[in-house]
Amino acid sequence: MFEKLSARLEQVQEFENTPVPPSRWKNNWSFVGMYAGEHTAGTEFVIGPLFVAHGVSAGALIWGLLLGNILAMLSWAFLCAPIAVKERITLYYKLEQICGKNLTILYNLVNALMFCFLAGSMIAVSATAVGIPFGLPMANLSDWLPNSFMWIIIVIVVGLITTLVAMLGYDTISRFAGYAAPWMPLVFIAAAIAVLPELGVTSLGNFWDIAQSKIWTGVPLEGQSKFTFWHVLFFAWFCNMAMHIGMSDLSILRYAKSWKAGFGSISGMFIGHYFAWLASGILYALFLQSNQGSLEFAPGPIAYYAAGVAGAACVIIAGWTTANPTIYRAGLAVQAVMPKARTWKVTLIVGIVTTLAACFPALVMRLLDFVALYGLILMPMGAIIFIDVWLFPRLGLRSNLAAMANLNWNWAAALTWFITLASCLALNFIGGIEIFFLGLPGWFIAVILYLGLNYVYQPKLLSTTSTLSS
Amino acid sequence: MNKYIIITVAIIGLILTILPSILVFTGQMDMSTHKLWMTVGTILWFLTAPSWLKEKPKI
Repeated sequence: MFEKLSARLEQVQEFENTPVPPSRWKNNWSFVGMYAGEHTAGTEFVIGPLFVAHGVSAGALIWGLLLGNILAMLSWAFLCAPIAVKERITLYYKLEQICGKNLTILYNLVNALMFCFLAGSMIAVSATAVGIPFGLPMANLSDWLPNSFMWIIIVIVVGLITTLVAMLGYDTISRFAGYAAPWMPLVFIAAAIAVLPELGVTSLGNFWDIAQSKIWTGVPLEGQSKFTFWHVLFFAWFCNMAMHIGMSDLSILRYAKSWKAGFGSISGMFIGHYFAWLASGILYALFLQSNQGSLEFAPGPIAYYAAGVAGAACVIIAGWTTANPTIYRAGLAVQAVMPKARTWKVTLIVGIVTTLAACFPALVMRLLDFVALYGLILMPMGAIIFIDVWLFPRLGLRSNLAAMANLNWNWAAALTWFITLASCLALNFIGGIEIFFLGLPGWFIAVILYLGLNYVYQPKLLSTTSTLSS
Repeated sequence: MNKYIIITVAIIGLILTILPSILVFTGQMDMSTHKLWMTVGTILWFLTAPSWLKEKPKI
C-alpha cells in the first residue's frame, strides 16, 4: 500500500527538473483562489491576537496592515512572478543551477526544519480546540514548556493523526482544504461580528471608538513588547518573505500564464491576512475583557465562545490543513538528502519531530518572531536568484554558475548566505534592530555581497575550469 | 437538476455561516441560536462542497 501511494505521490512531482510546458499553464485567475485559500489558515488565529497582546493601536494596525499587505503583493508580482514565468522551474532546481547540489541540500534541510516548527505551531493551535471538551488548561503568553500532561497527550494525538494523514492520505486532506477554503474566512468574520455587541459596538458608527479603547488599545499586555505601525507594516510585508522575496513561490507561479498572476496574491493578503487578523484580534480582545489580567492564550476556546462548534471546528481544520502540507513539504525537503529512503518513512520521521516540537507552547506564543526568522533565514537565497537572473547578464557575469562550472557548492552563494545572516544578527545584537525589520537591510547586504564575491570568484573559477571558457 | 440542488444547499450553508452573526449584531438573534445556525450551515456546506467543488490536490 505504501509503495502504491509513494508511486502516486511521485506522479504529483511533475516538471521538477524541466520547465513547465505551455499546455500546463494556468489562467491567472486560478491563483487568486489558491492564494486566498493558502493564506487563510491556522496562523491567522494566532497572529491577530498577538498584535492585540503587543499593544498595537487601532490606527497603526489598519494602516500598517494595508501598506504591508500591498508591499507583500508587489513583492510577489514584481520580484517572484517575473522570474517564475521566465524560468518555469522549481525553486530547488534553480538553486541547484546557481548554488550547486550540496548547498541546495543544506538549504533544503534548513527549510525542512522551519517547516517542522511551523507545522508544530499549527498542531498546537488545533490542540487548543481539541482540548475544549476535556477542560484542557491552556498555556499562557509567557509559557515555553508544556503546562500539563493532558496538553502533551492531546498534542501527540493531533500530531500523530496529522502525520498519518500526511503519509497516507495527502490527496484527501488537500482536497478537504479546498472545500474548507470558502467557509473558513466566513467563520472568522462571523465570529468577530457576533461578539462586537459584547465589546460595546452597537453600530458601525461607534466601531472606531471601541476599536481604539477596547480592542487595539495601544497598551501591551504584561511581559509583551510594544508594537508600532512599523512593526505591523514590516510583519505584514515579510511574514511570507520566504515565498516572495525568498522565491519559494517560483514553484507555484511557474504554472502562471503571465507574471501578472503575482497580483493574485492580493486575495490572500486581504482576505486571509487583513480581515482574518482583524477578526481574530477582536475575538481575543473580548476574551481579555472577560478575563481581566489573564495571560492565557488559546485560539480554540475563544473561537468556540464566539462561534460554537463551527468556531472550534474552524480552528482544528485551519491548523490541520496548514500542518498537513507543511509536514509533507518538509518530508520532500529531507528526502533530498536521503533520496533512497521511502517517502512515507521520511514523512513519519518529520512528523514525529514536528509533534515533539508542538508540545512546547513557545511555538505559538512566539509565532511572530518565528515567522520573521523563517523568512529572514531563507531571504538571502532569493536575493541571489534575483540578481543572478536580472543583473549578472547585464554586468558580464555568468548566471547559473554551479550548472556551468559543474559545482556542487558555490562558495560565493554560501558566503553570501552566511555573512548576510551574520550581519543581520549583528544588526540585531549591536544595532538593536528588531528581527521584524532585518529583511530589508539584509536583502541589500545579500545583493552587494553576491555581486562583489562573484567579481572575485568567477574569474578564479574561469582560470581553473575549462567549462567556463567562452 | 441534482447539481443545482447541491449548489443551492451549499450556498445556503455559507449564508447560514455568516448571516446569523449579522442578526446577533443587530440584536435580532441571541448567541446560542447564532451558534446553532452556524453549525447547521457548516454541516450543509461540508455535505455538499465535495460534490460541487471537484478540485485536484495541490502541493
